[in-house]
Amino acid sequence: MTTIVNAEVLLGETQPQKPRRRRAQKPLAWIAEHIVLVALAVLFLAPVLFVFLTSVMTTNQTLTATILPNPWTWANYLDAFQKVPLLRWFGNSAFYAVGSTVLMLLSSIPAAYVLSRIRFRGASIIFVAIIVAMLLPPQVTAVPVYVMWSKLGLTGSLLPLILPNALGDAFSIFLLRQFFLTIPKEYSDAARIDGNGEWGVLVRVILPMAKPGIAATAIFMFFASWNDYYGPLLYTSENPQRWPVAYGLATFRSIHGTNWGLTMAITMLVLVPVVVIFFFAQKVFVEGITLTGVKG
Amino acid sequence: MTSTAANPGRAAIAVRPGQRRARRRRLLVVFGMLAPALLGLAIFFVYPLLASVYYSFTSFNLLSDPVWIGLRNYQYLFTQDPNVGTAALNTLWFVAIMVPVKLAFAFAIAGLLARARRSNGVWRTLFYLPALVPPVASVVAFVFLFNPGTGPVNLILSWFGISQGPLWFNDPNLSKPSLLILAVWVMGDVMIIFLAGLLDVPRELYEASSLDGANGAQKLRFVTLPAMVPVLVFSLVTGVIAALQYFTEASVASAVASGQATVGGGGSLVAGYPDESLLTYTQWLYERGFSDFQLGYASALAVLLFVVASLCLVFLLRKVKAFMPEESSL
Repeated sequence: MTTIVNAEVLLGETQPQKPRRRRAQKPLAWIAEHIVLVALAVLFLAPVLFVFLTSVMTTNQTLTATILPNPWTWANYLDAFQKVPLLRWFGNSAFYAVGSTVLMLLSSIPAAYVLSRIRFRGASIIFVAIIVAMLLPPQVTAVPVYVMWSKLGLTGSLLPLILPNALGDAFSIFLLRQFFLTIPKEYSDAARIDGNGEWGVLVRVILPMAKPGIAATAIFMFFASWNDYYGPLLYTSENPQRWPVAYGLATFRSIHGTNWGLTMAITMLVLVPVVVIFFFAQKVFVEGITLTGVKG
Repeated sequence: MTSTAANPGRAAIAVRPGQRRARRRRLLVVFGMLAPALLGLAIFFVYPLLASVYYSFTSFNLLSDPVWIGLRNYQYLFTQDPNVGTAALNTLWFVAIMVPVKLAFAFAIAGLLARARRSNGVWRTLFYLPALVPPVASVVAFVFLFNPGTGPVNLILSWFGISQGPLWFNDPNLSKPSLLILAVWVMGDVMIIFLAGLLDVPRELYEASSLDGANGAQKLRFVTLPAMVPVLVFSLVTGVIAALQYFTEASVASAVASGQATVGGGGSLVAGYPDESLLTYTQWLYERGFSDFQLGYASALAVLLFVVASLCLVFLLRKVKAFMPEESSL
């Protein structure tokens, strides 16, 4: 049983049939609860606010303990593009994230389809293997995989992080399978009677019906690669030409010493694509998270 | 749907002539759909797992072939390695303290949001947002916020008369708690999972328990918690597995707080700064394997990590139904 239906309730987009009257709650308790919520909300937003305020300070001012920028300056954002190879970092991140996502979708959707729709001997072993592969720390397999890529001469590039997705990503297969299982079997069975082969059923029935699930899985993959630090550290640290933005940001502050204003400007800029994607795809995204926490 | 159509994949084929060929073709198609994933499992999971075990019995530096040295890596690991104990204890701190605190906090906020139903779309987004921030960015931001000299946190503390604020990421005793604060800030994923679980608890149960005269604490204990056990177990175990590999936050915090370059993998100088207080097990593995290229020894560390993670995994696989191959409840 999954909780995917509840995501809609969560989003407040499906109103309950009967307008539910606010429970006869004590007004004092209501006020207390909201005071706590507002206080927490301020604490949760404060870090981003401080980062932003620092990003519009002059370098000199960031060296003093002040909160409000005086004078207000956008110079750090200009510097971020002029003094730092930020565009190249963004390009590398986009290459990594888009490449991984596309390859993952091509390889993982058919596999998830098979695991959700077809019973065959060995299916459960394959499924358990996928779960284990998904949950095991990547460090466990890092040494032999690194040796493999270095023998192929591909270390120093992002390819060792992108190419494996052409051979399926365990977490994505798991998540897609969970989504596919929520589509009633009757639809695929009916399509089979109409003479569709497995690919026909997948393309004509499952894909159109599982669009939100596929979108959520794609976004997870995109974010995971966009945010990845360990992978680029392992494979590209010796080659600054191939640094993605997450890795570049981590090393930047080390190289440029105490330039907090510039560092915070870059930090804000790294956030932008992620936040934009989130707001465009909030609904499928929240459904996806809910589904990763499938109930037992 | 009539009952004859319940399993058309088989029933329909069974009556037609040439059924065998059709079935074989279908099997081939199915295998083709699964083949890339199977190949992926073999190349990136099964093989490296076995190879790690083999390398762990060798001395290997990538330049020359591995040389079999028996149990020497393990002997060194358990009796001589000066840092592995510290690293394991640091990781244990994140597993035993950070994970429960983060989950408790996520649970509390989810509880508050589940009660304040009317506006929880906005609230939920607000408390979720920090979880979106790329980990590297959030660590850099937090090291700045808690920066003893010029950071806003100590500035605000000074308004309350604390003129000598803590050193946070530069104090070996406070570096881990500082990362704990960060972990609480990004608890959004877990919170959303808890919130969905909480809203899934049948309201009738609460109403019935109210009629029976249960107070808030009793409702939590006898209605909410039992219904949430599967969700909590899932989040706890996946949280523990994630904490076992805790790397990015600790590593970036050390590098940024120390203000030293880690470029080119020569990070041994700053790994764990301050005073190895942030040296986690996976960082030590990385240092030995990819800074020093002692790949045999790093593999021994990896095998030990594998054993510990597997124990958690076995527990998880037995407890969480979604991970069972046959899922009849859907």
